[in-house]
Amino acid sequence: MVAKTTETPGDAGDGGMNDGRSGGPAVVATDLSKRFGDLEAVKDVSFEVDGGEIFAFLGPNGAGKTTTINMLCTLMHPTGGRASVAGHDVAREPRAVRAKIGLVFQDRTLDDQLTAEENLAFHATLYGVPKHEIPDRVSRVLAMVDLADRRRDLVGTFSGGMARRLEIARGLMHAPEILFLDEPTLGLDPQTRARIWEDVRRLREEQGVTVFMTTHYMDEAEFADRIAIIDHGRIVAIDTPSRLKAAVGLDTVRMETADDATAAANLSAAGFDARVISEGVIVRVARGETAVPDLIARIGVPVRLVSVHRPTLDDVFMHFTGREIREEPEGNGGMARQFVAMHRRRR
Amino acid sequence: MSDPVATARTTETSTSAGTRMRDGLRTIWIVWKRELIRFVRQPARIVTSLAQPVLFLFVLGVGLTPLVGQSGGFDYKKFVFPGVVAMTVLSTAIFSAVSIVWDREFGFLREMLVAPVSRGSIVMGKTLGGATIATTQGVIMLVLAPFVGVRLTPLMVVEVMGACALMAFGLTAFGVFVASRIRKMEGFQIVMQFLLLPMLFLSGALFPLAGLPTWLSVLTKLDPVAYAVDPLRRAVFAAQDLPAVATARFGAGVELFGHVLPVGEEVLVVAVFALVFLALAIRAFARTE
Repeated sequence: MVAKTTETPGDAGDGGMNDGRSGGPAVVATDLSKRFGDLEAVKDVSFEVDGGEIFAFLGPNGAGKTTTINMLCTLMHPTGGRASVAGHDVAREPRAVRAKIGLVFQDRTLDDQLTAEENLAFHATLYGVPKHEIPDRVSRVLAMVDLADRRRDLVGTFSGGMARRLEIARGLMHAPEILFLDEPTLGLDPQTRARIWEDVRRLREEQGVTVFMTTHYMDEAEFADRIAIIDHGRIVAIDTPSRLKAAVGLDTVRMETADDATAAANLSAAGFDARVISEGVIVRVARGETAVPDLIARIGVPVRLVSVHRPTLDDVFMHFTGREIREEPEGNGGMARQFVAMHRRRR
Repeated sequence: MSDPVATARTTETSTSAGTRMRDGLRTIWIVWKRELIRFVRQPARIVTSLAQPVLFLFVLGVGLTPLVGQSGGFDYKKFVFPGVVAMTVLSTAIFSAVSIVWDREFGFLREMLVAPVSRGSIVMGKTLGGATIATTQGVIMLVLAPFVGVRLTPLMVVEVMGACALMAFGLTAFGVFVASRIRKMEGFQIVMQFLLLPMLFLSGALFPLAGLPTWLSVLTKLDPVAYAVDPLRRAVFAAQDLPAVATARFGAGVELFGHVLPVGEEVLVVAVFALVFLALAIRAFARTE
């Protein structure tokens, strides 16, 4: 758990913005549900997000991630259960909730004909930031996402990654307690994705802002403090990345040897859980790297190759849902993912 | 430690009327300002939107003048001049309002709608922004007056500004309401064909409304733009030395139930039209999630 600092942009001198900062959980959802006709998009979802936490909703497209985020941001009414965000009920006090959250949508929501600064100032004014504080805050949030030198440039000239970073900066203009990011890295190249993660982590360290985000990228969810795995509208697991991985189980050591059958027999005799597969022998052990010398000592045949596989979040997802996060053939995921991303970001 | 639920409950209700008013005005101001920034940033748009009225005035107006002939030195291009000003206001107002469809397409509408402000003030800001632009464009047309022999007087300029502003506000509000119903860019063409042109043709901007066949006369009376064009025309005519023969031929005025409406009643019709569509537009946007 990360201690929450209350140093947020512009906190000094704007009383009223801190009223709801009670130190309690930032988000509480209790049996939250959303039904569209016959379709139950979100079913009895319950969870809590602590202040200062980076919390990720992980699941495939259509799992209910965006629906949940929309309910928490008061853009959709829950059909069941309740949720409070920054101490305010999403159904009864939508405006109080909106004043305390920053939102970054999947789709671009900037005005291309305004400059970066004008977009930020527009936002700040709508959210009631006092006029004399705006230039200062613009400088601060632009520095945070490394766009200070593009301040007076029209947003129409920005690349997708820059626009996304500007949107994150905009989400911070009114010093929200919680920043909601819906698939913030969708459709961006790997370098830009890494940049955005750096930004998100830094602003959590520096501003103490709580981050609630959705993603369907496994590798990204590992940056979060805690992950909720959502599938078919239900949360199937919720914990820290390391504990989720631990729950899935042991490391796998794979060895290619001169005689796999003998190797497996020798290892089994030594008390290991060893199996022959098409590409060698696999052994399941608690700590793969540490076990390797011992395995080689007891294997009794020449070893050509050793690889240690630790459970990834892909394995975690598979473990909890019984299938891969992307329903494409293995090995093809990267391309298919990009294809999906491109089409979802098409403009 | 205060009970968070109790705190929450008070924050929503404790916003005083004064704070809400200030928030509302600030929202109106920033939405209005954005419209203006976008307007001045596109000089090409300003020029192109003036091209059509100029074409109507100098090509259609001058071309039809010999056909229509003149009465006491007053001719068709002078008659059509206020109509062309009205046309500028009409098309600019509708175009500005329909830019909401663009805002929706490019996502910016969402940025506005999720803000913790009243939707009414966003609609109001958008409407006032569009109305300001439309009024400006209409008034710019006055510089062409000398070229068609229309005399400008300070009083007339002020009256034309007022008439343009009212008309612009009403039509932008109407346009914003229409835009709230359009989900796709394609819908935009339909609006242009089925609303803008009929509203223009039936408004009396291009020909006098007196002495028309009944069916056409009825349609013109249903066109709200007719009640906005007429005060504009009267303001322009009042500044000219109009001989009686010209008044008889090109006369202004909308007749309703056997009596010619005075300017005050026309203004009232336009004002009611404006308020009704402003209310409908606010309601339409308050409903969208």
